[in-house]
Amino acid sequence: MKVQSAMFYFPEEVIEHIFSFLTHHPDRNTVSTVCKAWYKIERLSRCEVFVGNCYAIRPDRAAARFPGLRSLTLKGKPHFADFDLVPPDWGGLAGPWIEAMARSCPNLEELRMKRMVVSDESLELLVHAFPNFKALVLVSCEGFSTDGLAAVARSCKSLRELDLQENEIEDRGPRWLNSFPDMCTSLVSLNFACLKGEVNLKSLERLVCRSPNLKCLRLNRAVPVETLAKIMNQCPNLEDLGTGSLLADQFSEAYVSLISALQKCKKLRSLSGFWDASPLCLLAVYPICANLTGLNLSYAPTVQGQDFINLIQHCVKLLRLWVLDSVGDKGLAVVASACKELQELRVFPSDLFAAGPATVTEEGLVAISTGCPKLNSLLYFCHSMTNSALITVSKNCPNFTRFRLCILEPRKPDPATNEPLDEGFGAVVKTCKNLRRFSISGLLTDQVFYYIGKYAKALEMLSIAFAGDTDQGMTYVLNGCKNLRKLEIRDCPFGDGALLADVTKYETMRSLWMSSCDISLRGCKALATKMPSLNVEIINEWEAEMEENLNNGVAEVISNNNNKHINNGNDERKVEKLYVYRTVGGPRTDAPDFVWTL
Amino acid sequence: MSPPLVEHNYMGPSGALSTEASSPDLRQTELRLGLPGSESPERKQLTLELLPPSAKGKRGFSELKKDGGPSGDNLGSQGKEDKCNKGKLEEKKPTGAAPAAKAQVVGWPPIRSYRKNTMAITPSKNKEDAAEAKQGASCLYVKVSMDGAPYLRKVDLQTYKNYRDLSTALEKMFSGFTSGGSAHVGPTDLINGSEFVLTYEDKDGDWMLVGDVPWEMFAESCRRLRIMKGSDAIGLAPRGEKSKIRN
Repeated sequence: MKVQSAMFYFPEEVIEHIFSFLTHHPDRNTVSTVCKAWYKIERLSRCEVFVGNCYAIRPDRAAARFPGLRSLTLKGKPHFADFDLVPPDWGGLAGPWIEAMARSCPNLEELRMKRMVVSDESLELLVHAFPNFKALVLVSCEGFSTDGLAAVARSCKSLRELDLQENEIEDRGPRWLNSFPDMCTSLVSLNFACLKGEVNLKSLERLVCRSPNLKCLRLNRAVPVETLAKIMNQCPNLEDLGTGSLLADQFSEAYVSLISALQKCKKLRSLSGFWDASPLCLLAVYPICANLTGLNLSYAPTVQGQDFINLIQHCVKLLRLWVLDSVGDKGLAVVASACKELQELRVFPSDLFAAGPATVTEEGLVAISTGCPKLNSLLYFCHSMTNSALITVSKNCPNFTRFRLCILEPRKPDPATNEPLDEGFGAVVKTCKNLRRFSISGLLTDQVFYYIGKYAKALEMLSIAFAGDTDQGMTYVLNGCKNLRKLEIRDCPFGDGALLADVTKYETMRSLWMSSCDISLRGCKALATKMPSLNVEIINEWEAEMEENLNNGVAEVISNNNNKHINNGNDERKVEKLYVYRTVGGPRTDAPDFVWTL
Repeated sequence: MSPPLVEHNYMGPSGALSTEASSPDLRQTELRLGLPGSESPERKQLTLELLPPSAKGKRGFSELKKDGGPSGDNLGSQGKEDKCNKGKLEEKKPTGAAPAAKAQVVGWPPIRSYRKNTMAITPSKNKEDAAEAKQGASCLYVKVSMDGAPYLRKVDLQTYKNYRDLSTALEKMFSGFTSGGSAHVGPTDLINGSEFVLTYEDKDGDWMLVGDVPWEMFAESCRRLRIMKGSDAIGLAPRGEKSKIRN
């Protein structure tokens, strides 16, 4: 583009103004690499930064580069940490980031973190260091308590958003809700659904009364119907509601007020919660179903069978639906006939020990695909799947961007033909040209990876478990998926050959996770030697455990003396967990003793 | 009934389950975590001894050393060194044991722990396991280590209902490490009559023998499990001995 020479004569303010139209951060990253002048202009005017791996860069460096930062998004632990595959105390500490921001970025207003460890002290620092702080979003985080929440409530004068999604929060009592300032708050969004303990109901009601801007409110299970009704009467402008416990008797005052309150909330578009929902309370919800775009029933095992059908058939404008598999193929068929606009569906297993009878099968999925052609995002847990169903689904819904199918029993073949599911998943990648995220399961050979490498050109994230035959499988993916950013693999027979097939590939990706595969310490060392720009980390709980045993079970803090373990012994030892990621921050300085950086 | 999960043998060729040990000798020395009296005719009686619940409460190592052996009624005066299958309690083979005893795979199905924990305390209709699921608010993964095996395993104690399920599951999990030539433990160590003993560390940090207390009490207080060589279980092994095993 010849514009550059013309732009050279523009004053900086003009260039900055042009950049302000670039909201997509990869675009901003790109312009910063054009020349030094653009780098400088870009960095000083940057307001939002997304750090997909908190160890990819040192916090100080990020903070120094973007002093005008207003919004920071951070992700910590690898995705498989969600499934207990990463030991506790692995890392992902928010503290260093908050401290670095406190030193260099006084304008910080928003902090979004996922899978990070946040302490109460860090939360205190956060709200004291940033006078304009407005929004805190924590997803799957841990390490803090309701005391930290109290600090946020107390000290944050212009708090607009406090959004806590599926965090592990230590409950130290309900008093934190009292900590909000006495005058009107600027709260727009408050989500404490993941808090397990009691809530001071009076405080909650008073808080809602003095929060006139509230649009999104998600309560926890401890909030009863009476309080819900009172709250809704105060907030007729609510758009997003997470109910508390939806249990009420038919002729109780609570139930009657709930009905009238719900009818007042004409702007409600999204509903979740439904803890312990009784069929009666569901009846109260029918009048607002017609306008709903989002519905999350995935924590409501009581909503099944006819109750579910009665509810869902009213939801004609639904875009997003999360349910449990107890709704059955029958329930999904009704979804297919009623929710023609559906874009996202998630079906979670209700029986986690997989001992119960199958409740959703490939039939349900095929019905959905037939009735909801706009479907683009799927998460589906089931007991079995067939190739022909998958082929049909992909024909019906070519617009998938996210497709995650989890067959509960590892390595299960197509029950109709006893064959692997290569062709079915292959059909998905062939038809869905925009597929960005893919998770596969069931019996799979190298063939499915051949298809993925050949067709999934837009793929960014791939999750594989119990699949493949040889190194060739993983190699197909590394060679073919040119937009791949995250690859996570568990329990697959991929060894050093696969790991080292294309080492420069990992520099183009955010991270690679391999656990319970066939790689050895030798292979990992080779990778580390060839690619110094990567952190090649091994999580080895066993060696640390042996050290403990030797000392008669007394846990001893072993300093990060990697050489002792790594070079003392057989390089042919299999590596249980490997995490590789590109970084400009060098090896971690906060790695625990069971994480070895090669 | 779905086929059992296939264990990967990390030390050998992938996919091969080493219950078919290459030589008959090694097969006889396979680790078997069996309750006294449980059947498995092909294998030599190398069993993991789970002591029957005793009215005497916790029994620590030091006590064992003094007594020179378990003092449960059914075992008479036999010491630990004796072959396990003499005079043991007869255990009924529970019907439908296979599903409950399925080796637990960590992190599968891939559901966020938050969701798992939350659903565990939500009663579900028509589910017999509802009572089981309510027992604990969270998954209770404990590490299981075995002397000489190169890997830790983890089990979720709440998926087992009794000692038998647990021992069957552990047996499956660790069967790959005792035959097929583990680099750490030579075959001779196994043949020379070291039975394996299942021990656990409880809330107080003491190492106990598994089987003394009722299952529920054990599941609540168990912090982690360790499959020790029988010879080590009579008190703590000297440091030198353990280094030898490790190398």
